[in-house]
Amino acid sequence: MKNAVGRDIPEYLLTGGREVYQGKNYMDGKYITKASPRTRRCEAPQESKVVESIRAALEQCGAKSGMTFSFHHHLRDGDYVVNQVMAVAIEEMGLEDLTIAASSLGNAHDPIADYIEQGKVVGIQTSGIRGRMGEVVSAGKLKTPAIIRSHGGRPRAIEGGEVHIDIAFIAAPTSDCVGNCRGIGGKSNCGSMGYAMTDAKYADHVVVVTDCLVDFPNMPASVEAIDVDAVVVVDSIGNPKKIASAAARISQNPRDLMMAENVAKVIAATPWFKDGFSFQTGVGGPSLAANLFLEKYMDERGIKMGWAIGGICGPMVELLKKGKVGKVIDVQDFDLDAVNSINQTPGHYEMSASQYANPANKGAFVNKLDFVVLAALEIDTGFNVNVLTGSDGVLRGAPGGHPDTAAGSKVCIIVTPLTRGRMATVCEHVVTVTTPGDCVDVLVTDYGIAVNPLRPDLIECLDKAGIPHVTIESLKEKAYSLVGRPDDLEWEDKVVAVLEARDGTILDVVRKIKPYTGTEE
Amino acid sequence: MEILRSAMAGTLESSDAQVTVEPGEGGIELELSSSVMNQYGRQIKATVLETLERLEVKDARVTVVDKGALDCTLKARVECAVFRSCGKSAENIPWGGAVR
Repeated sequence: MKNAVGRDIPEYLLTGGREVYQGKNYMDGKYITKASPRTRRCEAPQESKVVESIRAALEQCGAKSGMTFSFHHHLRDGDYVVNQVMAVAIEEMGLEDLTIAASSLGNAHDPIADYIEQGKVVGIQTSGIRGRMGEVVSAGKLKTPAIIRSHGGRPRAIEGGEVHIDIAFIAAPTSDCVGNCRGIGGKSNCGSMGYAMTDAKYADHVVVVTDCLVDFPNMPASVEAIDVDAVVVVDSIGNPKKIASAAARISQNPRDLMMAENVAKVIAATPWFKDGFSFQTGVGGPSLAANLFLEKYMDERGIKMGWAIGGICGPMVELLKKGKVGKVIDVQDFDLDAVNSINQTPGHYEMSASQYANPANKGAFVNKLDFVVLAALEIDTGFNVNVLTGSDGVLRGAPGGHPDTAAGSKVCIIVTPLTRGRMATVCEHVVTVTTPGDCVDVLVTDYGIAVNPLRPDLIECLDKAGIPHVTIESLKEKAYSLVGRPDDLEWEDKVVAVLEARDGTILDVVRKIKPYTGTEE
Repeated sequence: MEILRSAMAGTLESSDAQVTVEPGEGGIELELSSSVMNQYGRQIKATVLETLERLEVKDARVTVVDKGALDCTLKARVECAVFRSCGKSAENIPWGGAVR
């Protein structure tokens, strides 16, 4: 069945009341029944929940084949915990048919690709999928289609019982002996632990894995002892160098800076750019550089930013310290400046993924966003964005908070170069729709700006401010004139990944790619 | 043009292509790999074969390792490798003739 972004969704996926994507805010006002976990009472006072090994914790939680284990990705490419836990479960305990439900997975998790090929891991639910795991899933080696969700879609699915977590693993930079966890104060700090919070509340069992045991009580706790079954102390939960970069640097690339300046110009031309406005930006080159130019306009007009959310990095913390933004609310940290600031700098707070972006609660932060600046792997003439599949059709990205912030914000700006190498970023049809075009408002490229025709109000703003803009079709033609028109990818029927819209409907599917080898006639 | 010895042009940098030509065994034998194979493989193949034809190369083993090069780059790399293979890259290059 064709959905609202024109993607053909196989009927066999539409079971149990699942629908295809119908457009923005389709689920508004509907009711959900929240799932409840089955948890063990710890009524008799316990001096400590520390157990001697990951295996002991798994056994205590009744780990068995067929279970779903959850993980969070604040340790990013430095994470050791996913691999450690899965190695114990599969190689030491001989468990099979396991599903990994993670907030995201990355290059650090290449070893999991082997477990997929061996058929031991049969399900993957995640936002990000990259590296070898992306390749083996794209090659159709995972037993069930991977389920890809946004950062807001994940807590929605957990709360609604679509994902039932048997055991949640919390990678904790510090924990006390009963499982109060924080993202700071240890040797592998990550700052915010926002993505782990829903897991801890909705999993049947919760295991904390830490490399720094601290005195009780470890306060204020991001994950609380009241939800924790066992605490395991390991040598290391991650490589600190890969958890947070020293500092997110603002790009010096003149092309990035030109696009960033245009992003700031567009923002400053809208009626929402006034004292107390709210803002989120990604950490990609031009997105991050937009901060710099925006500050200039704020100074000129004598206004301040009310609040900022998101994955947070140094330049935003700097604005907070200078008093140019009132509050920073943080679901994940990207560099050490942000890690060292959370809960330390006045006005820098932690939030859960649900609070950040869940479309099924009663109002996430994204719903109050004025502006979001985001990147794209591809954007098509319907303003649909792909941030999941490479233009060769292989899984190598993550929707993250992209669809959530795009849908919630008043103005969503995509900033991307027109071409990358031979790839046309602006194209006729994106490989996979990860953010639907009805949520995307403005495209800023190095060859011009385009406004979504669904937003005549923004077109008027740009015209009034004298900012030139063109049609997105003309940008696409420009791109193809530079790099040539690509051939359509060829697919097999087999669906290797299902891409859920943030509201739980099906936005798109990724099929197994039929590669071109060059020897075909 | 006759391929007298093996020759190479181009690099493995992003947006470039490395082209190697060697004496063939009767006919054109093309081995192609590309970072944009699925979308542009057919076009790259066509561009390389067309350039060889224009240079009247009829007997060669050609290896192209493409890193997302544009058509103009591909043509230039093929032309250069061919001229190097017959020792003609220093003089009398037919600018505006076979090379365009």
